[in-house]
Amino acid sequence: MTSMINETRAGNGRARAGEHPPDYRPRARERSGMMRPETLAKGLGWFSVGLGVAQIVAPRRVARLIGVRPSDRTAYAMRAMGARELASGIGILAQARPTPWLWARVGGDVMDLALLGRNLDARRNGRGRLVAATAAVAAVTALDLLASQQLSSEASAERLDEEGEGAKPSKGRAIHVVRSITIDRAPEEVYAFWRDFENLPRFMEHLESVQVTGERRSHWKAKAPAGRSVEWDAEMTEDVSGERIAWRSLPGADVPNRGVVRFLRAPADGGTEVHVDLRYEPPAGRAGAAIAKLFGEEPELQLASDLRRFKQVLETGEVVRSDASIHEKMHPAQPPVGDVAVGVDVEGGY
Amino acid sequence: MRAVCWEGKRRMKVESVPDPKILNSRDAILRVTSSAICGSDLHLYNGFVPSLERGDVLGHEFMGEVVDVGRSVRTLKVGDKVVVPFPIACGECSACQRDLFAACENSNPNAWMAEKLWGHSPAGIFGYSHLLGGFAGGQAEYVRVPFADVGPLKVPEGMNDDQALFLSDILPTGYMGAEMCDIKRGDVIAVWGAGPVGQFAVASAYLLGAERVIVIDRFDYRLRMAREKAKAWETINYEQEDVLERLNELTGGRGPDACIDAVGMEAHGHPAMYAYDRAKQALMLESDRPLALREAITACRNGGTVSVVGVYSGFIDKFPMGSVMNRGLTIRSGQCHVHRYMRPLLERIENGEIDPSFVITHRMSLEDAPKGYEMFGKKHDHCEKVVLKM
Repeated sequence: MTSMINETRAGNGRARAGEHPPDYRPRARERSGMMRPETLAKGLGWFSVGLGVAQIVAPRRVARLIGVRPSDRTAYAMRAMGARELASGIGILAQARPTPWLWARVGGDVMDLALLGRNLDARRNGRGRLVAATAAVAAVTALDLLASQQLSSEASAERLDEEGEGAKPSKGRAIHVVRSITIDRAPEEVYAFWRDFENLPRFMEHLESVQVTGERRSHWKAKAPAGRSVEWDAEMTEDVSGERIAWRSLPGADVPNRGVVRFLRAPADGGTEVHVDLRYEPPAGRAGAAIAKLFGEEPELQLASDLRRFKQVLETGEVVRSDASIHEKMHPAQPPVGDVAVGVDVEGGY
Repeated sequence: MRAVCWEGKRRMKVESVPDPKILNSRDAILRVTSSAICGSDLHLYNGFVPSLERGDVLGHEFMGEVVDVGRSVRTLKVGDKVVVPFPIACGECSACQRDLFAACENSNPNAWMAEKLWGHSPAGIFGYSHLLGGFAGGQAEYVRVPFADVGPLKVPEGMNDDQALFLSDILPTGYMGAEMCDIKRGDVIAVWGAGPVGQFAVASAYLLGAERVIVIDRFDYRLRMAREKAKAWETINYEQEDVLERLNELTGGRGPDACIDAVGMEAHGHPAMYAYDRAKQALMLESDRPLALREAITACRNGGTVSVVGVYSGFIDKFPMGSVMNRGLTIRSGQCHVHRYMRPLLERIENGEIDPSFVITHRMSLEDAPKGYEMFGKKHDHCEKVVLKM
């Protein structure tokens, strides 16, 4: 899927031409069917309390349970870890904003992992149990990180809402992405390049082609996961020379989308600020976005990368490539095998 | 072609890889004639810089002969002998327009990775991790140079590789370290680290008018080089003397007017502090060991400047911000904006004001590069600088 898919909201009829929120800050990202972070946090909190109490009350038994030979030293370490565990557990459960406490857990997990790692080397300890315990702590670390990150991003979204700025994000299935970049060229030039929609696939990685089919209409084709492609017809809903362009897809689009791009003169002699605001509904709904995200195709990241390439094309004449970046997946920084056309990717391509 | 590849922590291998190709119209391809191993390559070698892939070709200090140019390159032609700055810069963005070449906004195709770690992305660098672009480096028989119409500097007839090579990185880096100190007549400058960058920082501080330069390291052979070749006024071996006490004694209690950190993220120091930082680094609770930086800050005179050219990659711990704030210190730092120093420093070399080849202690073939890394890493055989000759 692509960055450049913008678009109409899922059939609730509220999307109108030229409608856009009064400011362009990113909104809460909609989450797919994962466990709610608050629930996850509560669970982790109780887990901490339970483990902490056990470590303080029966340090030797916990040590034996995870395969560490109980001694005075391990008992002492175990009690200290228990106290920390208990504190972060209570912190998570008692606080209205558990995020910092969850991050404290992440720190604690890293310490535990390190201690367990050290013990793995010590021969006297039960290796099988230690490996199991290490795996368990590693799994909990992953959960902690997940809950922390989710709550962190939620917290920032909440703050935006508390300030009461702008409209609420759509409750539909649309994904909303906002991003901007500054380009060292005049707004007229930047606008003109974008306004020629057939230029867009030069820097929008997932866009295969854009064909202008009428005065305000165009046909878009983009790459989709699993080697498929998606298509739609779009209509320009606004076109202010040197300032803004807005568009939306027409009914029947594979990926209903709409967007607006504004070109603002940057302060001093600093060129043009390009602000893009787009909404789209991924092919398989939120699950599609979740899958895409798993593969690293976060919509914000994708839009940011596309805009960076837009800047490269305008400022340097082409998309800048490295020996590794011409490959779709991670690849060692070594020259490519065989002939490569200048400015064309080895895999996939523009 | 043959190239030096990173195959894991402290595992370098010379391998056969495809020849470089023109990927952008402003590229050039060089046949490399000399390529050095940099102290900052040791951070990659030791696994302290994230985002390396097995098989990455390293090397960012190199020079050679142009064998091919892209269709938009007008300033170079086949056969030109050039030395190449280590940061890749487009020459067009607002950072390049302000001469901040190491902060080029267009030359890192993996800018998103750098943004996650650092907030914004600096320029791409040859052979220096995927975070900084995933460009194949110049410890190889051939190398691709992007924006060849911006970076490479033609080497004058008659100048040999050993004199010109270090314009690619360490001479300008040492010079910028000294320049950031804003040196005034009579200033006393202290330099942490007597590696090649430290040596050039000493020499540059004198070129810029410093009265006395003091060097701190733990290897006597390096300190000797600093005294004999870079003309350091005094040296301190921190394993034998208390650095702060000695610096106070040497400056009448004022502290140096400016301090240069030419060490970076893998510093050594007082055993207890070293153990503390090394442990935190191992547990990934901090990525860099700032022992030299902490000491430089503490030592610096009130209102003085701490100039940081040693490489740091992430996060440090126990940063003495109270000392910086309450005593009004200025901290300046940066990957070197090599492009802006190459020409003036080339002139200084031509005028005989400095001959940078004094740091070279070992010359070897490309095939011996893994040995070179090991020797440089372990400081065996009084190793100061290894140059690979093709």
